[in-house]
Amino acid sequence: MFRFLVQRLLGAALILFVVFTVTFFLFFAMPDDPARLSCGKTCTPETLALIRRDLGLDESVPMQYWHYIVGVFAGRDFGTSHCSAPCLGYSFVNHEPVLDTLLDRFPATLSLALGASVIFLGVGVMIGMLAALRRGTWLDKSTMALSLIGASVTIQFLGVIARYVLVDQLRWLPKPEYLPFTGDPGGWMGGLLLPWLTLACVQAAVYARLTRASMIDALGEDHVRTVRAKGLTSRQVYLKHAWRGAITPVVTVYGIELGVLLGGAVVTETTFNIPGIGKLAVNAVANSDLPMITGVVLIAATAMVLANVAVDAVYAVIDPRVRV
Amino acid sequence: MTTLAPPTDPPVEEDPPATRPAPTGLRPSQLAWRRFRRDRTGIAAACVVAVFVVAGLGAPLFAKLYGKDPYTTYGQNRPGLLNEFGFPIAPNGGMSGEFWLGLEPGLGRDVLTQLLYGIRTSLLISLAVVAVVTVLGVLVGVTAGYLGGGTDFVVGRVIDVMLSFPSTLFFIAFTPVVTSLLTEPGEQMSSVLRAGVIIAVLAAFGWASVARLLRGQVLSLRSREYVEAARVIGASPGRVVLRELLPNLVTPILVSASMAVPTYVTTEAALSYLGVGMVEPTPDWGRMLLKGAEVYKTDITYMCVPGISMLVFVVAFNLLGDSVRDALDPKSDR
Repeated sequence: MFRFLVQRLLGAALILFVVFTVTFFLFFAMPDDPARLSCGKTCTPETLALIRRDLGLDESVPMQYWHYIVGVFAGRDFGTSHCSAPCLGYSFVNHEPVLDTLLDRFPATLSLALGASVIFLGVGVMIGMLAALRRGTWLDKSTMALSLIGASVTIQFLGVIARYVLVDQLRWLPKPEYLPFTGDPGGWMGGLLLPWLTLACVQAAVYARLTRASMIDALGEDHVRTVRAKGLTSRQVYLKHAWRGAITPVVTVYGIELGVLLGGAVVTETTFNIPGIGKLAVNAVANSDLPMITGVVLIAATAMVLANVAVDAVYAVIDPRVRV
Repeated sequence: MTTLAPPTDPPVEEDPPATRPAPTGLRPSQLAWRRFRRDRTGIAAACVVAVFVVAGLGAPLFAKLYGKDPYTTYGQNRPGLLNEFGFPIAPNGGMSGEFWLGLEPGLGRDVLTQLLYGIRTSLLISLAVVAVVTVLGVLVGVTAGYLGGGTDFVVGRVIDVMLSFPSTLFFIAFTPVVTSLLTEPGEQMSSVLRAGVIIAVLAAFGWASVARLLRGQVLSLRSREYVEAARVIGASPGRVVLRELLPNLVTPILVSASMAVPTYVTTEAALSYLGVGMVEPTPDWGRMLLKGAEVYKTDITYMCVPGISMLVFVVAFNLLGDSVRDALDPKSDR
């Protein structure tokens, strides 16, 4: 198990390094001038030169790359400001090291992702299991029809309509906003309820379909047939035996999905104006804040790759065949 | 070709076709078509999709008959349509006999023609992406799977890396970079070029999943007996790939392509919604949703029109995709 994990982590580190290198060269080695982009519309030559020197853009591209890597491990200085390790660059728009902003925004993204996960995993897996057990009945057909619609609706549309109906018209839910958990747990939960439900609605539909399909597969497996033949009750068959086989694909998809969500649920965050990583990315793009964009992509890629490793590890626990 | 005729085959050539026994076997495509025709949901979904396609392609013709276009600001040009805050005066977003789906708040453009031209934008972009992604994915996946060894290893790692890129983030981050590469500062980009950029960016990250799917399929097909047999009798690699492997890959290719279209329709709309896709004045669903989200408190109709049309289209296309898969591959009983 340990060996397996180490192998996976090394592979993940390698992939991250490649992703980072590609990102870096795509954004920094463009014939486009990042300094000019960072400088904005009213740009004087002096400011431009200053930005260029501060961001280290007057150096050659390989040198910039080298300094960035050194910065990640040892920290570096940008003009007068210091950026301690791990330094992911310095945002000229925010006048702040990129990592500080990222860490500042991460709790919002984490709250959104975890809260929504609890709802959509619970609801989705339950619906999927029920539909598989009552296969072919009206329950199966109606939940699957609903989940098809759920999986097809876009978050920006569902979110706005839900907000209009549930918040503005009926006043059942509080206004969606992000309040830090540490300051006001009640407000944190209330403000995130609508974003959670919106995101969960779309995701639960996907998990319901996935769980149903894999549960049906699992129920058809030989070992399940055998335990049935041994005379176990349906309950024991489902809860002890079929469940194990059905849950592995769900774990895989969830792990990857969680990685994506931790890199910022871009559309949900934009729709509800939640100051998370995704919203940060959209703003960074709007401001042409290249160091920030690189930082966000790096963080998001890290989340995805680590989630993949976690999936592999969980997989190895659930299904020992993988370890061989 | 063998020159030996089977001994049981009587050399009767002059038989009129009518007296011949009817062929008992059907080609797989005919079987699939039969299964599809019996699938009522699939037929209904196909009809809905067809309506959307016709509406999208026929948008200019319809706009001519209807007498409006998606660019003219009727509400601003003519008094009595929009109130002092720029919102339609008539109820339900200004729906009337003249403007069937109402007027856009602010600019006062016609919603129906915007919607129809929007189908065009969304559909053309997503179809183009699916075409590029499928061709690239098949080429890479089949090559890697067939050659195996070092090539397969390298391609497999490249695919791993591609799939590790946070794609949504990359779309929104990368589109402006490509855009600024192709235009001079301050210059407006033509909508065709912009669509091209979106297609290129979406395709650049989309091919990897198709390639992975196809690579897996080829790996499992490669060791089948008929492929081995073809190789043993000295068939060239080209023949093995084109005549032995590809016919068996048609099903996964078609299924993945049909499932991908609705995904790209939503992705394209999300890009425009986030402000990096199609921009004014090109009619586009995502752009309409963006505007709709700004004005929803006063004019929910403008949000509902593109939102509901997109929902209907995506549901129909997903159902169609399910039916296509069921028809082509009846074993996958989901």
